[in-house]
Amino acid sequence: MYRGSIELKLQGRRIYKGKALGKPIITKQNISFYGGVDPDTGVITEKGHELEGKSVANKILAFPTGKGSTVGSYVLYRLKKNDKAPAAILNEKCDPIVAVGCIISEIPCIDGIDIKKISKDTFLEIDGDNATIKMKKIN
Amino acid sequence: MFLQLNSEEKDMLNGKFGKAIKKSMEIITTLGEIYGATKLVKVSSVQVAGVSYENLGEAGLEFLDEMAADGRVRVLTTLNPAGMDMENWKELGIDSEFAKNQIRVIEAFEKMGVISTCTCTPYFIGNIPRFGEHIAWSESSAVCYANSIIGARTNREGGPSALAAALTGKTAEYGLHLDKHRIPELTVVVETKISKTYEFGALGKSIGDEVGGKIVYIKGIDDASIEELKSFCASIATYGGTPMFYMEGISPESKIIKIPKEKIKITKENIEKNINELNDESEVDFISIGCPHCSIKEIAEIADLLKGKKVNKELWITTARPIKEIADRMGYSKIIKSSGAKLACDTCCVVAPIKGRFKTLCTDSAKGCYYARGKNKFNTRFNSIEKCIEEALN
Repeated sequence: MYRGSIELKLQGRRIYKGKALGKPIITKQNISFYGGVDPDTGVITEKGHELEGKSVANKILAFPTGKGSTVGSYVLYRLKKNDKAPAAILNEKCDPIVAVGCIISEIPCIDGIDIKKISKDTFLEIDGDNATIKMKKIN
Repeated sequence: MFLQLNSEEKDMLNGKFGKAIKKSMEIITTLGEIYGATKLVKVSSVQVAGVSYENLGEAGLEFLDEMAADGRVRVLTTLNPAGMDMENWKELGIDSEFAKNQIRVIEAFEKMGVISTCTCTPYFIGNIPRFGEHIAWSESSAVCYANSIIGARTNREGGPSALAAALTGKTAEYGLHLDKHRIPELTVVVETKISKTYEFGALGKSIGDEVGGKIVYIKGIDDASIEELKSFCASIATYGGTPMFYMEGISPESKIIKIPKEKIKITKENIEKNINELNDESEVDFISIGCPHCSIKEIAEIADLLKGKKVNKELWITTARPIKEIADRMGYSKIIKSSGAKLACDTCCVVAPIKGRFKTLCTDSAKGCYYARGKNKFNTRFNSIEKCIEEALN
């Protein structure tokens, strides 16, 4: 479906295993899942956040790190049960709330990634087991 | 991978002890790897947060049920407050649908062997570690209290990671379990006399807002009661995300730790400014004392203030159930009830589902104000316990 050569391959650190394919949704701002993301829809609700109003559901969500209450781990779990969780999470530095959320929800998660290197209008192949990301340009 | 596991720990991770322990070990080892731990340590006590059905929702409950299928605690494990008084929820105006779900949450915890204390002050009712003990606690005010006032060792755990420690009896050795990460970075000189719980709350907010999660060494506090310290711990943890501090003459290691050269001052003006910030111009319709949960001393004082009087507004006094039992025997509960106030156990104004029910909360708790504003969209009034009770009688 998505042809074309691999544009870029990134290597990070495994937080949680699993594979995922999808389009990225990228932000330079940190995310608080508790109070900042609607657990039923996957829409970012934090006032003034650059992704406010956008859904993270079934996308590859790339952001620097998590913030806010530890209840955020359960929000990731609720998203997963509602089929609205990100397909995978990419962080610069993974915080305990997101790490625990990914483990209990079984969402592939990689950190140690320079978020700036991920561009939109690409298609990502996430391999959580080996902590690698392949980025292909969508024509 | 630098994290070394012994053969029992490896078996736990490989699923030999069942699914709940496997999941728990995944949580513990992943956090250990993120923070560069080289081994796991035994914990002797766990405090689990994330109990109110309002925060957990159906998915959170599903997670607990999954863990409860084959998970059993290996160490003393107590529970944070729930969204309601588990016995007298009707009196607090909780609807029966919420009550039914909250009971399911407590049952899942009890099935795992978690003792359903439902209090944020485990150190008042039998979960009290000794100095130097490794523990895994996840109530931010109690974490701060355990590290700073008792000198036990705990990171600021989340609900699932605390539960993971309870089911395995282990946590990864990183952060505040290691002495090298318990060194203060900054000295805070308090240049004004601080007294009463609310002023200690204002001090916690002043420092938390100013320095964030840094470990500070606090000078200038001559004396502080346990009640004032619990208020301070709750506030500095809420506003700063602070997991521990040193208070000169009060924290057990304050005499042997090296005092940081870099200093900031907290003046009378700082304290007044922070008290003002938590006081909205708004008419009070709800008063709550007991965030963190009231001690028996506080309940005795409140009963004294309410004796022979009637409240004209909704007043909640929140505490742990064993503390209420003593209050019952002493006649305090009767005095409080006769005044029209509610002495509630197992819950508090932060975790109860009260959004939309009130407009303005009056409390002596700076932490209570933070969640009243952020979570429940209430206005707040912030004052001493005496003034809060006066407001209720007004």
